[in-house]
Amino acid sequence: MGLKLQQSQHQHQQQHHSVAVKVNEQTGTKRGYTFIQANRAWLPKFLLLWVMVMAFLSTWIYKKMDADIKVRRKEVLSSMCDERARMLQDQFSVSVNHVHALAILISTFHYYKNPSAIDQETFAEYTARTAFERPLLSGVAYAERVVHSERGQFERQHGWTIKTMQREPSPVRDEYAPVILSQETVSYIESLDMMSGEEDRENILRARATGKAVLTSPFRLLGSHHLGVVLTFPVYKSKLPTRPTVEERIEATAGYLGGAFDVESLVENLLGQLAGKQAILVNVYDITNSSDYLIMYGHQNQDGDLALLYESKLDFGDPFRKHTMICRYQQKAPTPWTALTTAFLFFVICLLVGYILYGAAIHIVKVEDDFHEMQELKVRAEAADVAKSQFLATVSHEIRTPMNGILGMLALLLDTDLSSTQRDYAQTAQVCGKALIALINEVLDRAKIEAGKLEMETVPFDLRSILDDVLSLFSEKSRNKGVELAVFVSDKVPEMVMGDPGRFRQIITNLVGNSVKFTERGHIFVKVHLAENTKPVVDAKVETCLNGGSDGGVPISDAHQFKTLSGYEAADERNSWDSFKHLVSYEESRYDASINMTVPGETSQSVTLMVSVEDTGIGIPLIAQDRVFMPFMQADSSTSRNYGGTGIGLSITKCLVELMGGHISFVSRPQVGSTFTFTADFGRCKKASFNDTKKSNTEDLPSSFRGLKAIVVDRKPVRAAVTRYHLKRLGILPEVSGSVMISASACGKNGSSCGSKIQPDIILVEKDLWLSGEDGGLSSRMLDWKQNGHTFKLPKMILLATNITNVELEKAKAAGFVDTVIMKPMRASMVAACLQQVLGIGNKKQVGKDAQNGSLRSLLCGKKILVVDDNMVNRRVAAGALKKFGAAVECAESGKVALKLLQIPHSFDACFMDIQMPEMDGFEATRQIRMMESQANEQMNGGGIDKGFARNGEWHVPILAMTADVIHATYDECLKCGMDGYVSKPFEEENLYQAVTKFFKV
Amino acid sequence: MLGLAADRLRADMNRLLAFLFHQGILDEQFLQLQQLQDESSPNFVSEVVNIYFHESEKLLRSLRSLLMDREFSDYNKMGIHLNQFMGSSSSIGANRIRNVCVAFRAASEQNNRAGCLRALELLEHEYCFLKNKLHELFQIEQQRVLAAGVRYPMQNI
Repeated sequence: MGLKLQQSQHQHQQQHHSVAVKVNEQTGTKRGYTFIQANRAWLPKFLLLWVMVMAFLSTWIYKKMDADIKVRRKEVLSSMCDERARMLQDQFSVSVNHVHALAILISTFHYYKNPSAIDQETFAEYTARTAFERPLLSGVAYAERVVHSERGQFERQHGWTIKTMQREPSPVRDEYAPVILSQETVSYIESLDMMSGEEDRENILRARATGKAVLTSPFRLLGSHHLGVVLTFPVYKSKLPTRPTVEERIEATAGYLGGAFDVESLVENLLGQLAGKQAILVNVYDITNSSDYLIMYGHQNQDGDLALLYESKLDFGDPFRKHTMICRYQQKAPTPWTALTTAFLFFVICLLVGYILYGAAIHIVKVEDDFHEMQELKVRAEAADVAKSQFLATVSHEIRTPMNGILGMLALLLDTDLSSTQRDYAQTAQVCGKALIALINEVLDRAKIEAGKLEMETVPFDLRSILDDVLSLFSEKSRNKGVELAVFVSDKVPEMVMGDPGRFRQIITNLVGNSVKFTERGHIFVKVHLAENTKPVVDAKVETCLNGGSDGGVPISDAHQFKTLSGYEAADERNSWDSFKHLVSYEESRYDASINMTVPGETSQSVTLMVSVEDTGIGIPLIAQDRVFMPFMQADSSTSRNYGGTGIGLSITKCLVELMGGHISFVSRPQVGSTFTFTADFGRCKKASFNDTKKSNTEDLPSSFRGLKAIVVDRKPVRAAVTRYHLKRLGILPEVSGSVMISASACGKNGSSCGSKIQPDIILVEKDLWLSGEDGGLSSRMLDWKQNGHTFKLPKMILLATNITNVELEKAKAAGFVDTVIMKPMRASMVAACLQQVLGIGNKKQVGKDAQNGSLRSLLCGKKILVVDDNMVNRRVAAGALKKFGAAVECAESGKVALKLLQIPHSFDACFMDIQMPEMDGFEATRQIRMMESQANEQMNGGGIDKGFARNGEWHVPILAMTADVIHATYDECLKCGMDGYVSKPFEEENLYQAVTKFFKV
Repeated sequence: MLGLAADRLRADMNRLLAFLFHQGILDEQFLQLQQLQDESSPNFVSEVVNIYFHESEKLLRSLRSLLMDREFSDYNKMGIHLNQFMGSSSSIGANRIRNVCVAFRAASEQNNRAGCLRALELLEHEYCFLKNKLHELFQIEQQRVLAAGVRYPMQNI
């Protein structure tokens, strides 16, 4: 054991190691690095980068917006400037046109008319009245061209002398241009020689040469001291040719019309009419001399927005002079607040977004860290749990070994001579020990399951016999309690299935054990059918409601009872007759219809069984129902006090069921009962393989009842179905009837030689039906028959009972149930044994067997036979059997003894040889015997014939192998080593007869 | 009265037998054994069963001693013993013991010591049970034979 412990420790260590490895692996695989997790160190840098990018971006936005604003400002300025320039130009040209008209007026009325139609007075009045047409001109005047030769005449004609601008009499010149006509506003220039002024003279000369209006450069006007320009127009006295030369123009010149433009007030006026005059500053320049701009309007050094200015060209109609208008904003460009705030807000928002993302990332990192930590802890906890289970398994196992020793010793102790007190103590110790070992086994199972060490076997086994076994385990208990225990297996469930019989048995034992524990009345019913069969049952339910009344066999007096096995209410109505009937009838119809057909599903490899265990016990309290399958949980603490148990059974059951690929569920109603239902997957058995295994695994049911007919008298259909099921397994054809009367009348009819109905060999009557007192007729009729000495054989009457008192037994016997009482729970082999007793091994078989007996007797009578077997019991039994048929038997307990006895000459007629014997087995012994015989034969043939001892001329004693296993290989082996045949052990008459007839000819 | 007693004893016996069959402790082989018993060997069954008990106890003892040998359990030898046990058990129809033996043998073939111990324990238990029951049966049988012998000395051949 020390070694073992060490070993297990070692294993444990290994296990631990592997667990550790597992942990590593898991953490390794689980750390599937996310992007964030992988770059956790970079997170602050990411944030900084983000902020910088955003700052750059917002600056760019600001600049862009600012530039936009500037462009717009410039555009506004240019459009305003252009507008002003155009208006000024228009106004100017209107005035120029009017002056032109005046010039034409003068030439028309002053020169072409003779005498002149215009004098100073007319002119003044006309010009005054048309002054509104020339709002820009402060006044107009007309100067006549006077050459020096005409000066005297001119002065006389007008009565004044020509004066210079300085109002002095003019010096002598070639030409003069004295003002003769003037508007009233400028009347002070009358008689002034316009050619005396430098500016005017130049103007006059240019106008006369071009024939167009010409302008002077700006200067301060005489009257208003405003800046202004003088406009001069030539007036011709004769009509000019169409293309006049300069000389022709000069020649034709009669005088000059001039007007002073007050540019300053003109522009002032103009701007006043326009909106936004405050916003911009306007300057008008004469740029004829490009190096020196002459200002015409505006202040030279006005402070305004010097950064931005716009220039518009002005065309006043004088090609010689160029003018321009320059505009600028009065105020400097305002700070671009919109752009500034937009950019700033953008930056702030981006900053916040960045911070939020950063915070989220940090949080994710933290959560993931926590998650990994938790995962690691979880793995460790699981490993610890597995280790615990393993430890538990190991320890339980180590405890169990010595416990078995204790129990064994106690059992041996009990077999010795003990005083009653000692025996009592020892028995108590044994009971305690057994309880302890049962508990340890359960804990071990549980631990094994948890540690995943429990493996399911897959061997073929007979489900029905296992169920029978389990039921028989509890039959004593249930009978004492008066609880009816029954099992029903659907015909469709295959005879042999592949699975773990031990575990299946454990599940059933657990469930039935629980049921037995908690049930005081009613029944416990185990039902097995294919899982797919449940469907038609459900479908059929509706139908049941419709034709529920047609179950003729059930009298109305039973209506208050539930149609379950015992009549008590069950938690789950699926087992009640209403649905159960359909299952049975469905199967029958299927069975009838498809005797030669393969049932669909038969071909599949696995079969799913549904097993339900129904009881009518105390049920499970509603509050406890959800923790029924938890280990060490019982319905309440009082349960263990009242009923004992640890509460581990159901959790193991659940685990086992799940290992079998099924699941378990239950329906329970307190004070009504519980029904546990589970499904499990089993493999189908191949026909070939189960023939071999069948013998070892199942009890063979005797086939001697095949073809017998029976009537089951039972009013409870479910129970009747169970009885039928057991009888059918024996090959008996059962018929169910609801009352004794019906069955009795059936017999009666038979009695009157109608022969139409079946003639039953057996009538099985349920005890409670019999007790209900309607049997009177039957028993009296039976007696009648007996007394009348009916020729046909009477059916055997058998009572079925769960428990029966002695009084009842006597009564039953008196009533005619002389034959036997079959105690429930029924199981096929037990029923078979009882029937065998009752029928005396079957009526008709008896004859055949007797005949066989007889022939065997005739074959073996007087023969001397040697039986070789090391097993004394076997030897004795074999000897007894052979003696019974009249043979003289001698025994040998080993191959060597047999050899001695068979030394030639001997007087044995046959030898039955066991195969498995120590020292010298059957094969070896036979070989040596054969060798001996052949030697003897040779001698005999060679040296004289001694017929006294020889039989049939040669020594050859028939040797038959006795073997428990009838595998073909063994048979071949037997023949090979010189045996003549074999018989199965223990002896079966038929088999024995067959083997013996071969060499004992009658 | 004595005749009635014989009947009652017979019923008792039948009940006991039914119980044993029902529990799967015995099988049909036991019935066959009973059939072998006739006037020529009136005590055949009890004789065989006694031999069986004697042999079985020997076997059980040696099995236990083999198993108790901690250092080295001779599983081979155990298998031989078990074969014997199985053979004799099936001869008298002790079905349950035979089944336990099968399990025991399986365990010993796998050198499963724990399984062997468990099986041995079970085997001993089953054996004791069977022994008690059969003793009871023989007692009743004896009484019945006595009673029957008194009542019908002539007819009971």
